[in-house]
Amino acid sequence: MARGFDVRRQPGFVTLATICFLALYLPIILLVIYSFNAGSSIATWEGLSWRWYVSAWQNQQVQEATVRSLILATSASVIATACAVLAALATTRKGRFRGYSAVFAMINQPLMVPEIVTAVALLIFFAVIKVQTGYTGLGYLIIAHTAFCIPFAYMPIRARLQGMDLGLEQAAMDLYATPWRVFRYVTLPQLWPGVLSGAMLAFVISLDDVVITEFIKSAGQETLPTYLLGQFRRNITPEINAISTALLAISVVIVLAFYFLSRNRK
Amino acid sequence: MIEIDRVRKEFGDGTDTFIALDDVSVTIRENEFFTLLGPSGCGKTTLLRVIAGFVDPTAGRVTLDGQDLLGLPPFRRPVNTVFQSYALFPHMTVAENIGFGLQMLNRPKAEVKQTVDEMLALVKMTQMAGRRTSEISGGQQQRVALARALAPRPKLLLLDEPLSALDYKLRKEMQLELKRLQAETGITFIFVTHDQEEALTMSDRIAVMNGGQIRQIGGPREIYDRPTDRFVADFIGETNFLAVEVLDFADEQARLRLPSGAEIAAHAPAEGIPRGAATLAIRPEHTSLCDPEGAALKGKLSDIVYFGTDTHYHVALDGDTRFVLREQNQPGGHEARAVGDTVGVRLAPGTGQVLRD
Repeated sequence: MARGFDVRRQPGFVTLATICFLALYLPIILLVIYSFNAGSSIATWEGLSWRWYVSAWQNQQVQEATVRSLILATSASVIATACAVLAALATTRKGRFRGYSAVFAMINQPLMVPEIVTAVALLIFFAVIKVQTGYTGLGYLIIAHTAFCIPFAYMPIRARLQGMDLGLEQAAMDLYATPWRVFRYVTLPQLWPGVLSGAMLAFVISLDDVVITEFIKSAGQETLPTYLLGQFRRNITPEINAISTALLAISVVIVLAFYFLSRNRK
Repeated sequence: MIEIDRVRKEFGDGTDTFIALDDVSVTIRENEFFTLLGPSGCGKTTLLRVIAGFVDPTAGRVTLDGQDLLGLPPFRRPVNTVFQSYALFPHMTVAENIGFGLQMLNRPKAEVKQTVDEMLALVKMTQMAGRRTSEISGGQQQRVALARALAPRPKLLLLDEPLSALDYKLRKEMQLELKRLQAETGITFIFVTHDQEEALTMSDRIAVMNGGQIRQIGGPREIYDRPTDRFVADFIGETNFLAVEVLDFADEQARLRLPSGAEIAAHAPAEGIPRGAATLAIRPEHTSLCDPEGAALKGKLSDIVYFGTDTHYHVALDGDTRFVLREQNQPGGHEARAVGDTVGVRLAPGTGQVLRD
């Protein structure tokens, strides 16, 4: 035992790891493969074809849902990231203040409260407003998505801020930079990777949401995930696979883009 | 001219207060290289941060050329700092770092560029202008930090142990460099260090601090040769302390009786020293070995330590006091002394300083 405990040398480690990876990736691989199925079954292979991609592309409902999802995810992630930057600055740059833990818990509340509870609460809350104002637009979804995206954007930004050298901000202040300019010229340029990863995380989380969206969307406000869910109640075709594969591709591109972006900055 | 008037800083509250600055008053002159010297925790860095604006004092006043500094945030004070960690902006080039202060003062682009070029030349970094700060060595980073702080031409430059991260040779080099820059720019420097050698070689005046108080202010020679209290004598250089009896005092000279019974004269503080028990401080290099016959101090050689440039002799005086003396080594001249020999210590007239305890 000269080298101490090494988990990779334990019996059954390789088997267990293999099972875990298969469980994770096999379904996704199958999903991708069957998106190219020429037949209309999602379980029997009938040859290679693009037809479901073409069909999804031309499907007006899919088009509308996609545009709505992108608008929603973009708005929610931008607003949530802006809020998260402010929250992170307040919780890392002002020293330990009274009620710090309470504020921290409140910011991260969406991570802890069951999503279904938030969904029901929002449904009732928005219903009241809808009755009062008559407004039924996308605003409700944007507000709801922003709310649950904030902690996801907050985490990487706060981590980055905590890792930053406070001395740099003091040096900038010493060199005649007003607080705003300290933020603009010193804090933000260094915070950028954190902001970017926070925004991307928020974007993906918003793009992916079903539960809250399903509860509070007005009639006809399908997003891509709720559209997919709706399709399962009717006939299931590889079109769903095609849409899912496209979604997967977008996430992979975002993750890769972020990876290379943050690596070049080092 | 910067006037620090009874500045007090207490940390914590209630029963658990720590006094970092205990009513510190000092006036620093125009164009002076002024050093705050003391062990860690003595309050020197806190005083520097009070002047820079990063610490609010509990009480007191700080004025620069008559202008009250304490009401101003750091970015409105005509004071720049060279930080111990340099705190260079990693996302900017060397030139951008140096130009930052001027840019924040909204100076025209042409002026910024011209000053940056001048500063680069001043610290001999012109070749490195386009480099990132992570791509240059520690000594070069130090120069950039200096140039960045000097570029806006502050009335006052604060330096917080700027040389502590450099190796010995580079530190020696930068000490001379700092002296040169101070002379060339004519800016008042306040330099913080715990390194007495650094303080002695660079400063016009030194304030020795301990426990949040300034213990003595004076030129390097004055601080070294004429320490006023035991802390200063002990902190700066090596010192032998002897218990003596003051017999008489006149004209900054005191007549003393040594434990051996011999009577000698020594320098004493101008404000006088009461008769009775006192301490005599004697620098090891101000004494030499002599024949024990008739010497003021004598004892047994307990140790001989060779240091290249000089040799240290440890003498166990009668009454068990240890006394260290230092003699410069001469070429070829090696006196045959051995551990165990009985030797005398020659005190040249005027050697030693009587301290008030």
